[in-house]
Amino acid sequence: MRDTRRTRIVLAVLLLSAFTFITIDARGGDDTLLDKIRSGAQAVLGPIERASAAVVRPVSDFIDGLTSINSNQEQIDQLVAENDALRRDILASEYNQARIEEFEELSGIAGLGQYEILPAQVIAFETASGYVRAVTIDVGTRDGITKDLTVINGDGLVGRVVGVSTSTADVLLLSDPTFTVGARLAESQETGAITGQGADLLSLELFSPQAAVEPGNPLVTRPSTNDRPFVAGVPIGEVVKVTPTPGALTRSASVRPYVNFTALDLVGVVVAPPAKNPRDSVLPPSPAPSPSGTGTTPLSPLSPSPNGTRETSPSP
Amino acid sequence: MTFTRGLLSAVLLLTASVLQVTVVNALPLPGGGPDLVLLVLIGLALVSEPTAGAVLGFSAGLLVDFMPPGVTEVGRWALVFCLVGYICGQIRMDSRRSPLVSVAAVALLSAFAVIAFAAVGLLFGDERITGQVFLSTLTGTVLYDLLLAPFVIPGVMALARKTEPAVSRV
Repeated sequence: MRDTRRTRIVLAVLLLSAFTFITIDARGGDDTLLDKIRSGAQAVLGPIERASAAVVRPVSDFIDGLTSINSNQEQIDQLVAENDALRRDILASEYNQARIEEFEELSGIAGLGQYEILPAQVIAFETASGYVRAVTIDVGTRDGITKDLTVINGDGLVGRVVGVSTSTADVLLLSDPTFTVGARLAESQETGAITGQGADLLSLELFSPQAAVEPGNPLVTRPSTNDRPFVAGVPIGEVVKVTPTPGALTRSASVRPYVNFTALDLVGVVVAPPAKNPRDSVLPPSPAPSPSGTGTTPLSPLSPSPNGTRETSPSP
Repeated sequence: MTFTRGLLSAVLLLTASVLQVTVVNALPLPGGGPDLVLLVLIGLALVSEPTAGAVLGFSAGLLVDFMPPGVTEVGRWALVFCLVGYICGQIRMDSRRSPLVSVAAVALLSAFAVIAFAAVGLLFGDERITGQVFLSTLTGTVLYDLLLAPFVIPGVMALARKTEPAVSRV
């Protein structure tokens, strides 16, 4: 083995600097030198991720489309016979169709809750270390995104913005173990806190030990101070199991989120909170009322840049 | 390390880390997924000296740390990959060694990377690290890495060997 002494010195220096980085980053506030380097690096790496996602997404979506066409063939035949309008939809490309539907759901939920949203595409997922649940989306400071904004999709709460660079933003997902959000039971008005568990289910702690809660109860977000990081009334999920905890100071339950975190694609960043608390009106079973104009974003499913605040369109 | 080797390493590692977050992590694979950057790093460092391996690993780790979404502390992967690169440099594959050595290296170093990453996290009080997630990540990562290794490592090693002068150094 040649040069072991030099090698050991180099190794020691590298390990020590990595250790120093972690220490600085772990205790640091927002303005450490490391944060500046990080945002600089993200400004460079973000666009690369965007470009890569733009190339890769249509291909994988096309493959998804092919497989679902085959499995749905019978159903499609039936629908074609039934309805001319449906036939037109089916003939439209699977890819566009899926995106339009996602967009409609998103605009629907934004309309119900009177949220003003900025649509965004998920371009990257946190690495396979397995512990962190986070994604990168293709909007950043130049689109008016800042830290601590609520992120939703057509099904409900996705997460909150934890980091932002020029053209991308990092979203911590609801399922991350460090994620906590104030929640309210839709019918009973009982309040509590929901925490991610790094798994399919979330855990709910209700503040009142007498709180009436049973499986099937839906939960929505409680507004944070100044609506940051959470706006009011976003559907979170449904109670699936109540843990019996006699004598405890709080009541615990398991919650299944409405959002499927492994299939995130189109999301919306809530850039302006609703004028008044939407209460339970955004929850799925409620009949869809016609969203009135104030505060809503006039979303057109075919236009990727619907509200004008966004300079560039998301990559298709 | 020659300039060409450095350039090749930079291109390969950047490609791997971008593909990791945009493609691999987007697949709904049970139990994590393969670590592309680790595989490329092993390929590169197996034909490097320990010093070069450590530097390669440190740089690859920093790249992963800075890659959005960057939620964990910067330096965690740098620390882990620095050690991985160093160990690969000590193993030092030359053409006389059996390919089984690199298979064993992938299995052991994948496991090492997962364990070391979790250990550093625990040291700094990362509340995300739980036994259950750790075990599934450990088995998942090692298996996926072994599956993908035959498609990544020989190619990377061959490319890296081409960028080095033809004199054999032992």
